[in-house]
Amino acid sequence: MQTEFTEDQQQFREIVSRFLRDKSPTSAVRQLMATEQGFDPAVWQQLSGELGLAGAHIPESYGGFGFGPVELGIAAEEMGRYLYCGPFFASSVMAGYALMAAAFEPQKEKLLPAIARGETIATLVLDDLNSPDRVGHAISAVDDILSGIASLVVDAHIADVLVVIASTGEDLGLYLVDSSAEGVVIEKREVLDPTRKLSSVRFAEVKAEKIGEVSMVSLNQAWDQICVALAHEMIGGAQYLLDSTVEYTKMRVQFGRPIGSFQALKHRCADLLMEVEFARAATHHAARCLDAGEGEPYIASMVKAMASDTYMNAARAGIQLRGGIGFTWENDTHLWFKRAKSSEVFMGTPHLHRERMMTIMEANTNEQ
Amino acid sequence: MNNDEIRKAVGSWLDDNWSADMSLVEWRDILVDGGWAAPHWPEEFFGRGFTQEQAALVSDVFTEKGAVGAAHAGPRRLAAETILAQGSDTQKKRYLRPILTGKEAWCQLFSEPGSGSDLAGASTKAELIDGRWIVNGQKVWTTSAHHADYGILLARTDWDLPKHQGLSYFLINMRQPGVEVRPLRQMNGHASFNEVFMTDAEVPSEDLIGGQGNGWAVAATTLSFERRGFALSRSAGEIKGAKVGRVYDEYEAELAVANEPYTWYPQRQGRVDLVVPRAIETGAIKDPQVRQEIARLISMSKGARLASAAAEQKRRAGTNEIIPAGSIGKLAASVIARQAAHVHTMITGADAMLSGPDSAAQGIIAETLISVPAISIAGGTDEIQRNIIAERVLGMPKELRSDTGPFRDIKRNTS
Ligand SMILES: Cc1cc2nc3c(=O)[nH]c(=O)nc-3n(C[C@H](O)[C@H](O)[C@H](O)COP(=O)(O)OP(=O)(O)OC[C@H]3O[C@@H](n4cnc5c(N)ncnc54)[C@H](O)[C@@H]3O)c2cc1C
Repeated sequence: MQTEFTEDQQQFREIVSRFLRDKSPTSAVRQLMATEQGFDPAVWQQLSGELGLAGAHIPESYGGFGFGPVELGIAAEEMGRYLYCGPFFASSVMAGYALMAAAFEPQKEKLLPAIARGETIATLVLDDLNSPDRVGHAISAVDDILSGIASLVVDAHIADVLVVIASTGEDLGLYLVDSSAEGVVIEKREVLDPTRKLSSVRFAEVKAEKIGEVSMVSLNQAWDQICVALAHEMIGGAQYLLDSTVEYTKMRVQFGRPIGSFQALKHRCADLLMEVEFARAATHHAARCLDAGEGEPYIASMVKAMASDTYMNAARAGIQLRGGIGFTWENDTHLWFKRAKSSEVFMGTPHLHRERMMTIMEANTNEQ
Repeated sequence: MNNDEIRKAVGSWLDDNWSADMSLVEWRDILVDGGWAAPHWPEEFFGRGFTQEQAALVSDVFTEKGAVGAAHAGPRRLAAETILAQGSDTQKKRYLRPILTGKEAWCQLFSEPGSGSDLAGASTKAELIDGRWIVNGQKVWTTSAHHADYGILLARTDWDLPKHQGLSYFLINMRQPGVEVRPLRQMNGHASFNEVFMTDAEVPSEDLIGGQGNGWAVAATTLSFERRGFALSRSAGEIKGAKVGRVYDEYEAELAVANEPYTWYPQRQGRVDLVVPRAIETGAIKDPQVRQEIARLISMSKGARLASAAAEQKRRAGTNEIIPAGSIGKLAASVIARQAAHVHTMITGADAMLSGPDSAAQGIIAETLISVPAISIAGGTDEIQRNIIAERVLGMPKELRSDTGPFRDIKRNTS
């Protein structure tokens, strides 16, 4: 298994980073988060078309770049650092992984290339965003007719197609619905993190196309893949907070000296650095595990929990070490704080993930 | 008077005097003259020299009888307690009464862009010219400045003395051309604090408090009250029963204005009160991990309350300094608020991605999650409280200072 980034991967990171530094400065983030759509279609087209990010992890046979979770992670990490606003996570990561894990072959061939090119914006409709075990309780499919509601769907308001996981009674199935189909009601919700838009999606007897079977194995696999990408996004944000906060403590003077000269702040930053380093190393390792199909079976949950805690600690320190200015709207720190809080509970809180980690670890130990 | 006698005295006084049909101003004038507006204040200044405990009893009777008490919202209490402790008789006569009647609202002009934790580094300048103090400089994070008639102001009157010695404390009229208030928006969307720009603002010479160069000592009095206030509950007794009458209407209107900057203050404390009800409502109460964290939270919160009650008793017996107990309470409030936010996050799960009226507890949970960061900054940061506790309570060696000597030579922020 790979243990460090190749030169190509490092170059790839450079390219993504430069692009986002240019296209997603906080001025753009602030402007976009206040709009109804929440993203800039031109930037999304460039990001998908020119850089190929939307299909980074999608095999070449399905029109993607043919990279794996490592490159996808690199892209997500940089997007987290720059708080990129756009359908990357909903369409490429969530819907993309779900389709690759569970769709029938012809539907993969039909849907994935358009997602990889960024031409179709898809989102994954899960009726529970806490735990894979709870999926399928609120949306049902009877003879391919969908009923029910998912209360938290990322970027449904701009999605062209909805990839839905619904219960068929005993099993789960994967369904495709046009977002403008009759009986689909998509309502924007007020969100804590304005850079990640959510809607509720209601199906009132909607005729859908069944495009796959979802087993607990494939559901958990997709959940893991999504969590690892999310962990990358989070450590990117945490690293940004650490860097900018340390910078601030070197400049700000109180009591006749830079506040960074106070040990209380040095120690807090040193602890944070340790935490960020651990979470990042573990997250990069998790991507390589997914790529190689080996490694700790609980790794995804482990890194989702680590990255969540680390991001929140970095966000709290980011505000605290800035004092009053850190609590203002005008200062940018709260944008990352809100993303950290929202990511902490997205796809499972840290405590649910640690529980899941232990369940998997226990089962594996018993098998041996 | 013993407790029963107090209850009886205030009860019969209210029976004779309280009526909801007066105007609020009329009623509060009667209240102040009757000596029941601030019974813990000394007799020569509107009070009765009661202990806090006796005063609480009086407030209970007001609540039972549905009577409106003295004005209390906002920083006016900090101003009142400071004037009471350090002001001249003229100042007490001039300012205390309108604070109690609610005629004049106050704000606290301490923090500056360049001096927050390092309050004694204030660089707002006050110069005595032709018998008036002329003030120039900028304050920031000034809560309620947009509603205030007066401000308690810390400003520098001497740049050649060491920084703590060159400060003076003033009572400044906010309603004058030289004072400009600009609102600042916070990360939770509210705008309860402001920037205050003073350009040749004037303060009459008699509104210097505590004497020239004594500003730091006076400010310390204000801060000790402020820090204690964080540990105590903010809400004055809710009035019971149907509230019909002019006093009530005007009181509600007063509160609506005065409390506008504070609607989110309970949220910044973490809303510990909502934790168990929310855990039951969502079923999270069955989760062993959540149970552990709730138990931890309740233990912290009870421990802090009991310790603060014990400190209050010692204080009354005259054995304890005010500031350190206040700092422990202030630090405890922020540790508790953070744990509460942590537990609310666990309980709420993915729904914590939402905010607004359709989200958990009609938006209160979301507001809590993005307001809690304020509590460890406002009123002196956690780090500063820890320094105070270590140095003044534990007597640990003081931090070596690099800000001694004449103020004008000390390194400062350039902006
Ligand atoms: C909601 C709110 C309401 C407020 N209302 C008012 C008001 O009405 N009136 C008013 O005057 N002020 C008010 N303030 C201001 C508040 O008192 C200051 O923000 C606070 O004292 C910190 O100062 P600062 O913002 O300049 O941060 P700084 O002092 O620059 O602090 C930045 C960081 O450095 C740390 N630090 C500084 N010195 C030390 C040290 N010696 N050792 C270790 N760490 C240190 C701090 O703890 C902090 O983490 C309010 C603030 C908030 C958030």
